[in-house]
Amino acid sequence: MLATLIRLLGSFELAEEALTDAFLAAAEQWPRDGVPANPRAWLVSAGRFKAIDRIRRRARFAPIAAELARAEEAVMDPEPEPIADDTLRLIFVCCHPELPPDAQIALTLREVCGLTTEEVAAAFLATPAAMAQRIVRAKARIRDLALPYEVPEPEAWAGRLDAVLHVIYLIFSEGYAASQGDAVIRAELCTEAIRLARQLVELTGTADSQGLLALLLLQDARRAARAGSDGGLILLDDQDRRLWDRSQIEAGMALARSAFARPPLSAYTIEAAIAAEHCRAASPEATDWGAIAGLYDLLLRADTSDVVQLNRAVAIAMRDGPAAGLGLIEALLARGGLDRYRYAHAARADLLQRLGRRSEARAAFRTALELTRQAAERRFLADRIAALSDDG
Amino acid sequence: MKYVCLVHFDGAVLDALDHAGKHRLDVDSVGYDEELKAGGHLIAAEALQAPQSAVLVRVRDGRLSATDGPFIETKEQLGGFILIEARDMNEAIRLAAGIPLARLGTIEVRPIYDIPVRK
Repeated sequence: MLATLIRLLGSFELAEEALTDAFLAAAEQWPRDGVPANPRAWLVSAGRFKAIDRIRRRARFAPIAAELARAEEAVMDPEPEPIADDTLRLIFVCCHPELPPDAQIALTLREVCGLTTEEVAAAFLATPAAMAQRIVRAKARIRDLALPYEVPEPEAWAGRLDAVLHVIYLIFSEGYAASQGDAVIRAELCTEAIRLARQLVELTGTADSQGLLALLLLQDARRAARAGSDGGLILLDDQDRRLWDRSQIEAGMALARSAFARPPLSAYTIEAAIAAEHCRAASPEATDWGAIAGLYDLLLRADTSDVVQLNRAVAIAMRDGPAAGLGLIEALLARGGLDRYRYAHAARADLLQRLGRRSEARAAFRTALELTRQAAERRFLADRIAALSDDG
Repeated sequence: MKYVCLVHFDGAVLDALDHAGKHRLDVDSVGYDEELKAGGHLIAAEALQAPQSAVLVRVRDGRLSATDGPFIETKEQLGGFILIEARDMNEAIRLAAGIPLARLGTIEVRPIYDIPVRK
């Protein structure tokens, strides 16, 4: 709804205010008159009229002709376009090449995923005050340049598609492993990311978008097995594989095969192939770690980041034994880039434990715990530490 | 989350307004408080008397001293505050931008700090 109002009104601020007004009007009218047949359409319509009221009220302070004309036109627009498309449009606007890359993603996380400024700031390791200004500046730039609120023509995709894919990937990631809060999985974000990726595949048909959709489907297919009844985190090895969504896995694998046959391979496609290897295995022991380590070698060519190197080290530990993986992880940590990355310390701790170096493992789990804000992950790490203290 | 909007402005700018201008500012300011209230954002809002009306209180070595204000000599002085509830910092900024005095002065938006008290 917010995305629709932004499109109609051409302004983030006006749309946010209009939606608040519309909800207030609903709170007053719906209990009295009953809930309308199409609540979303009602709210969008109410929001448009409220926006006009607001612009008129402000009239004495600023020239408003253009703003007012636009809002009035929005009210006249008899057929609001399908709401489903508006989110994708909004992402395309947020990912406009005229905006700095960090701002593109920050804006999308707040405006599309509904994260707060403070949560976005945490994701970027920035202060909320700095992040708030970045978001204000990006919105002002969209307004000043009158960036069109539309999905661009195919010729213009090249400049934006990477950012759009990245943003959808981040929406999913925030849903799949929430950075804070009580629940480790925010299912609504996963579902939304998959819906957006599916639209992107239909719209562009690119191999990269197929690869992304494949990856999201394969990860999401394991969702039911990933959180315990207490909301706690269950690792891949301990998951009940009967809970995996087989039909979704089939769909994901078919897409991954299709994307894999269309080089050059994007990181998403290779990650999808890795996820497919995990989904293929009937049990943890049946996992083909040789194939997975080989795919990580391939992934390293598309994405040289430390996080990929870390995941590759874990795969090598599974293929060649914990000592081989530990050496790689310690070399990575020594370079400093992953110092504050909780999963690097957790992975190191896990390998130390497997090597029987219990006190070192405990210390590494403690470091990981200090870096973790998410409640279910914290419980998981605390349990590992407790287990190492008890029977050692 | 809670944020306080500290409203700073230059008294001389306000003095320069004609009677109708001052009246309109008052009406708009009260109107905006109502708007915040209707939106569920308002916790408290007050305007302050002139900085010259202030008394500064300090206790040093157990001795109380009281001296004339204002606390800091600047053109723009604290003239009021609005304590609001907002979803996040950017919503707080958007709400602060609607304060009529934002057009004449400066609104300082500060997140409220939850003092961790040992139980």
